[in-house]
Amino acid sequence: MAHAVEVQDLTVAYRDKPVLWDVDLQVPSGVLTAIVGPNGAGKTTLIKAILGLIKPAAGQVLLFGKPYNRHTAHVGYVPQRGSVDWDFPTNVLDVTLMGLYGRLGWVRRAGRVERDIAMQALRQVGMHTYANRQISQLSGGQQQRVFLARALVQDADVYFMDEPLQGVDATTELTVIGLLRELRSSGKTVIAVHHDLQTVPSYFDEVMLLNVRRIASGPVGDVFTEDNLRLTYGGRVAFVQAPQ
Amino acid sequence: MDLISALFSDYTLRTVALGTALLGLVSGALGSFAVLRRQSLIGDAISHAALPGIGLAFLITGSKFPLILMVGAALTGWMATAAVMTITTNSRIKYDSALGLALSVFFGLGLVILTFIQKLPNAQQAGLDAFLFGQAASLIVRDVETMAGLGCLVLLMVLLLWKEFKLLAFDPEFARTLFLPVKVLDLVLTTLLVIAIVIGLQTVGVVLMSAMIVAPAAAARQWTNRLGIMVLLSMSIGAVAGVSGALMSTGALSLPTGPTIVLCATLIVVISMMVAPARGLVWRKLRRWARHRQLRQEAVLLDLFAMASQHEDLFHPHNEAVIAIMHSRQASVRKPLRALAERGWVISDSLAMWSLTQGGVEECQRLMREMSA
Repeated sequence: MAHAVEVQDLTVAYRDKPVLWDVDLQVPSGVLTAIVGPNGAGKTTLIKAILGLIKPAAGQVLLFGKPYNRHTAHVGYVPQRGSVDWDFPTNVLDVTLMGLYGRLGWVRRAGRVERDIAMQALRQVGMHTYANRQISQLSGGQQQRVFLARALVQDADVYFMDEPLQGVDATTELTVIGLLRELRSSGKTVIAVHHDLQTVPSYFDEVMLLNVRRIASGPVGDVFTEDNLRLTYGGRVAFVQAPQ
Repeated sequence: MDLISALFSDYTLRTVALGTALLGLVSGALGSFAVLRRQSLIGDAISHAALPGIGLAFLITGSKFPLILMVGAALTGWMATAAVMTITTNSRIKYDSALGLALSVFFGLGLVILTFIQKLPNAQQAGLDAFLFGQAASLIVRDVETMAGLGCLVLLMVLLLWKEFKLLAFDPEFARTLFLPVKVLDLVLTTLLVIAIVIGLQTVGVVLMSAMIVAPAAAARQWTNRLGIMVLLSMSIGAVAGVSGALMSTGALSLPTGPTIVLCATLIVVISMMVAPARGLVWRKLRRWARHRQLRQEAVLLDLFAMASQHEDLFHPHNEAVIAIMHSRQASVRKPLRALAERGWVISDSLAMWSLTQGGVEECQRLMREMSA
């Protein structure tokens, strides 16, 4: 079977400065993959390039063996929490419903069916009691869970998440990890940018080490080695215990 | 009172009121999206850039027919936003600089064209300079009809594309992952904004029209946390500001309409910023003041407790001066002491010595438990 995500020779540049250089990646279906690397390594750029939000200078992206468009694959996206204005006048349920806007089509408004789907997703992330809460009154972890709920209603085959565990509380971290495992057991593929090296082996099946170039990628047990981490971070990772 | 009865009987006044209400409704609606997308200033560029369009439309057609002038205004206003986008995407010049550049160049061109028109040996040109600061009195039924037609079109589009515009304003990148045509939607929303601005130019003028985009929306945002209500409120505020400003300007004082309308809108903004619940500065100040007062009282109470703890009994009295020294901030302790006495936590004797009551001791113990928790 084709890989869920296959990236070939991907190069992205901002004004002549390469952000991603000749990156290859294969992610099998139904696994949790972490993208790990230092700041400015191009982790967010990689996700955005795969989603078509950034135009690459070269290379191509295949989802389930086909170039990605709206008909070949359903994709869910959890952007970085800081990418939106949380003072926007709207509530939790409304943000969650936004995940259905593509499917709703023009002119149509969200109705009872859509609201039920959204409430179900909010229940999955433990936010259903906050449905009518104004989004500016949420904690960072709650904001993150609302974004996850918005991605869940997309009912995607592949989920891309940008730092879903960045700066969240312990409750949210547990909820998110539980959710990722649930997604995996229902055959979904998740690719998440992750910053906490300590938890990579316990949370993820596969890992990609990235620093502009791909340093290594594959099953955590094979790839997440001290040598590879030193290559990725340039010898500044004394705090990492050698993974088994 | 006269004004209100005249509103129903006086034909001219009714036309003016209707026109300004329309422009307020439309600019209030589109302004909400502009403000939420942090594009408040684009309205300023568009309105200033409309001036050369008005002049050129008159020069080419020789007509002052409202639709013709509006089309000209819309074209150059729209060109200015296109210029801003082109500059920001293709050079290192930042958005605000590009806006300033486009605004001044187009406005300068407009002034040149307008001056040129004034010098033409033609009686027809009179009145075009009203577009600078606006003149509600010049509104006639034909103008209002055009405004109403365009306004309804704009509001209908907003209604039809409601959820798309909402997502475009909140999270455009996410909208792209849903395969929504974000560039097209952006183009449509900007075009609607251009039309909203053009509708108001004759009444408010190019110089101040952007205030009608920003002010009602900014005021409305203070009162609500729901987009739908914000847009409706912004429309109403726009209409109220428009009508009251226009009526005042056409009254005995014959003030310039644009500035009067903008002052009305600003007044509503200031009131909203002060007294709107939750966001209003007055309430915020009051809440902070109440919290501050309570903290001072608690501090004085605990100081009294700490001093009394040095003695045999917890009800040992101390005079005000001692308490003031103990109280690290040199401000007066009389007011906090009196407030505490009112709550029955301290008591003063005939020698103005203050001591804790049983209730005061309990309150201190509660506070200390709370602090250690």
